[in-house]
Amino acid sequence: MIYRENGQFKTSYQADQAIFPIAQDRWFVYASIAAAFLVVPFVIDDYWANAVFLPFLAYAMAAIGLNLLTGYCGQVSLGTGGFMAVGAYSTFKLVTLFPELNFIVVVLLSGAITAVVGVLFGIPSLRIKGFYLAVATLAAQFFLVWLFNKVGWFFNYNATGQITMPPLEVFGVLVTGPRATPAASYLFCLSFVAVSALAAKNIVRGRIGRSWMAIRDMDIAAELIGIRPLEAKLSAFAVSSFYVGMAGSLYFAVWLGSAEPIEAFGIDQSFLVLFMIIIGGLGSILGSFLGAAFMVLMPIFLKNFMVDGLGVEVVTAKHVEIMLMGVLIVFFLIVEPHGFARLWQIGKEKLRLWPFPH
Amino acid sequence: MGSELLFFSETVISGLMAGVMYSLVALGFVLIFKASGIFNFAQGVMCLFAALALYDFLSADGWASQLLGFTIPLWLAIVLTIAVMIVLAWLIERLVLQYLVKQDPIILFMATIGLAYVLEGVGDILFGSDVKPLDIGIPQGASDWALDTMGLYVEKLEVVAAVTAALLVAVLAVFFQRTRIGRALRAVADDHQAALSVGISLRAIWVIVWSVAGIVALVAGIMWGTKSGVQFSLSLIALKALPVLILGGFTSVPGAIVGGLIIGVGEKVAEVYAGPLVGGAIENWFAYMLALAFLLFRPQGLFGERIIERV
Amino acid sequence: MTPERKFGDVILSVEHITLTFGGVLALEDVSFDIRESEIRAIIGPNGAGKSSMLNVINGFYHPQEGQIMYRGATRSKMKPHYAASHGIARTFQNIALFKGMSTLDNIMTGRNTKMKRGLFWQAIRIGPAMTEEIKHRDYVEHIIDFLEIQAIRKTPVGRLPYGMQKRVELGRALAAEPDLLLLDEPMAGMNVEEKEDMCRFILDVNEQFGTTIALIEHDMGVVMDISDRVVVLDYGKKIADGTPDEVRANQDVIDAYLGISQEEVGAVN
Repeated sequence: MIYRENGQFKTSYQADQAIFPIAQDRWFVYASIAAAFLVVPFVIDDYWANAVFLPFLAYAMAAIGLNLLTGYCGQVSLGTGGFMAVGAYSTFKLVTLFPELNFIVVVLLSGAITAVVGVLFGIPSLRIKGFYLAVATLAAQFFLVWLFNKVGWFFNYNATGQITMPPLEVFGVLVTGPRATPAASYLFCLSFVAVSALAAKNIVRGRIGRSWMAIRDMDIAAELIGIRPLEAKLSAFAVSSFYVGMAGSLYFAVWLGSAEPIEAFGIDQSFLVLFMIIIGGLGSILGSFLGAAFMVLMPIFLKNFMVDGLGVEVVTAKHVEIMLMGVLIVFFLIVEPHGFARLWQIGKEKLRLWPFPH
Repeated sequence: MGSELLFFSETVISGLMAGVMYSLVALGFVLIFKASGIFNFAQGVMCLFAALALYDFLSADGWASQLLGFTIPLWLAIVLTIAVMIVLAWLIERLVLQYLVKQDPIILFMATIGLAYVLEGVGDILFGSDVKPLDIGIPQGASDWALDTMGLYVEKLEVVAAVTAALLVAVLAVFFQRTRIGRALRAVADDHQAALSVGISLRAIWVIVWSVAGIVALVAGIMWGTKSGVQFSLSLIALKALPVLILGGFTSVPGAIVGGLIIGVGEKVAEVYAGPLVGGAIENWFAYMLALAFLLFRPQGLFGERIIERV
Repeated sequence: MTPERKFGDVILSVEHITLTFGGVLALEDVSFDIRESEIRAIIGPNGAGKSSMLNVINGFYHPQEGQIMYRGATRSKMKPHYAASHGIARTFQNIALFKGMSTLDNIMTGRNTKMKRGLFWQAIRIGPAMTEEIKHRDYVEHIIDFLEIQAIRKTPVGRLPYGMQKRVELGRALAAEPDLLLLDEPMAGMNVEEKEDMCRFILDVNEQFGTTIALIEHDMGVVMDISDRVVVLDYGKKIADGTPDEVRANQDVIDAYLGISQEEVGAVN
């Protein structure tokens, strides 16, 4: 009864096509955004920033990227880790080669470079589908990680092979490096993610998003009604890689601060982001956020519960975490392939009637 | 032989042997794919799990020995491990597969990724994640005979693996072609609905297939475990098996062998001859690039079936 | 009985089309033409090659021999994107809707070839992309009104009953404003009422917009009632071509459908 759309009529197509046509949704989202921008920066501290918010934002961006490709366009990719690496290393090279560049531009450029690489590795998708394509993306994953590990130019011939982010300012405020305040780093990432999420939502609502979904649902029919598979698939790879590249950039530059290819961008990362979009909901921008939040918070809860609560060893907790991830994946795929996003929708549906039974 | 040729021959033989190891793992994949259309990403982890179980049954401080009070002999340990794999197959069918029958292949694939993580986690919790040397009496070390007669360095273990693989393929071929169950498996692979309509129990077939794949996984696990110890990296072999299958075709048992050999040789030769030029570790990605090239020019692999799409 | 109508010139003709795939000879030396604004039925027993013929016209299959003439331009094979953006639209025998999208979105995909705004404007949305979206939404709403499917506008098509899905698929084809509409068994699996509705829509489309229609259909009553000319295929070959009355009386057609063997024909005669 609280969540009623009764009485909310739309008098224009524009209103009908709004992201949140129901007023209650709108208020909830505005409130959340307000809280995120106006409340959190004042209460956030180092621990929360580094353990929760920064990884959440970086992974949410990556999850949106992968969701665009796999959830909306149906092209399976196991190369997310490798593409995040492209974004991170692009950022590193850009800031070391052109220190005067505005950091916002650096992040955007890193995304653009990753988009180009993504399109290249996406070309096989024109001929192969399904898990055959997954194998092609594995080629990208292993090759890219090897590349950044071996070729000295990428890590400026540093003896340890690591890349480290120098402190950078945006509009006079430090956002990277150890001296940046958690609030500053957080707000920087938040702004990026918020704008990017809006852009992604706009794209999937329009012509291009529909062509992606058409390819996903029945690519032959899509081609026969005039959608060019080449354009649709490569644009999906391009946009997706753009987002994943930006995610890699934020992940390395703002959150981690320094990184090594195998640890930070290995195949496990690819699986992690894939799990995020499965659990969160394939084909849903909201789902990308929910999945990222879940996968960031779950290990923390598990550790607190098992290690601090039950006194289990840290190693065993890690094993339980791995097992639990697998169980959740299988569970969601069986019970609700559309993930948390769908459960959220169903919840809202129930709210229409609550507290009445029918 | 000239020393250049000798070195090349050793590289190729080494590659062939490595390839046989890949083939053993790929065999399990092909079985499951042939019978259920599912690409079992968890195959590699199943190899690891089987080897872990076997090691545990054999060791003096494992679960079996502690329960019984004495260490059981090798043959019993193997029988028990096979039983474990059959129970595992039954559980997988009961808890996972039967609910995912109607879904897209890609959903099934992702489910097997989830399965892989579950098996890995459970294996670690039950058996511990340290490296375990597995020794069940398979001859190891260099073959003196080969060294003496031809001056070639050949690993005895790998010869045993090759022979085992050949035997397995022969047994499986007979199984598929000559037995009633084999025929039923092929029917299920072709068309689930049609197989159901002639009274073949899909679920029973799946339990059988995953059990057989489990046994194949055990054999592969034993070989790999003897070679480099039973450890987590075994499960990463699953990823390497993907290019093997792409080369050989997902539905072909001989294809799995041939594909494995080609990947094995290709990797070794590339690493030895081209590796030093670019800093080494080409093995990490060579197989995938080769598979990618195949995908672009011959997507059904060397032995697979062409897919014709109809509207 | 349809009264005599004036038809235009030939809009599409296929000449000596031969098509094989996987060892199967689907079409053998088939030639016929379709005149503007007419309703042309393609009939024949199962497996005769009717859907394959539509697929050739559409560009999904490329014939090994023969040519396709469309609007004056002759080519040896059609490209799907060319067909779609130059006025050929179709429906499919086994519904080919995009199950993950709503009715409205499915029909909007039919407008895809007419929408131009690129990625950048789409991402911003406010401005040219929104204007374009609303303009095309408007046209699609007219189709929704025409097909009387307002109530299921936002429903994911996977949840719709079979007859409704067929109607939505027709809507998607109409959205492309086609000159030539290829319908592959649009009434299969429908009850009498649904068939009457579909017939009415097809006739309305033909009369109001002058759309040429090529129709594969098994229901002889429908075929005889609404079509202007009929082509009959059997085992990949054309065995008759003419008005419904001519075709109905044709002995070869009767034999094909009833399967009378040569000996029996001789005995009867």
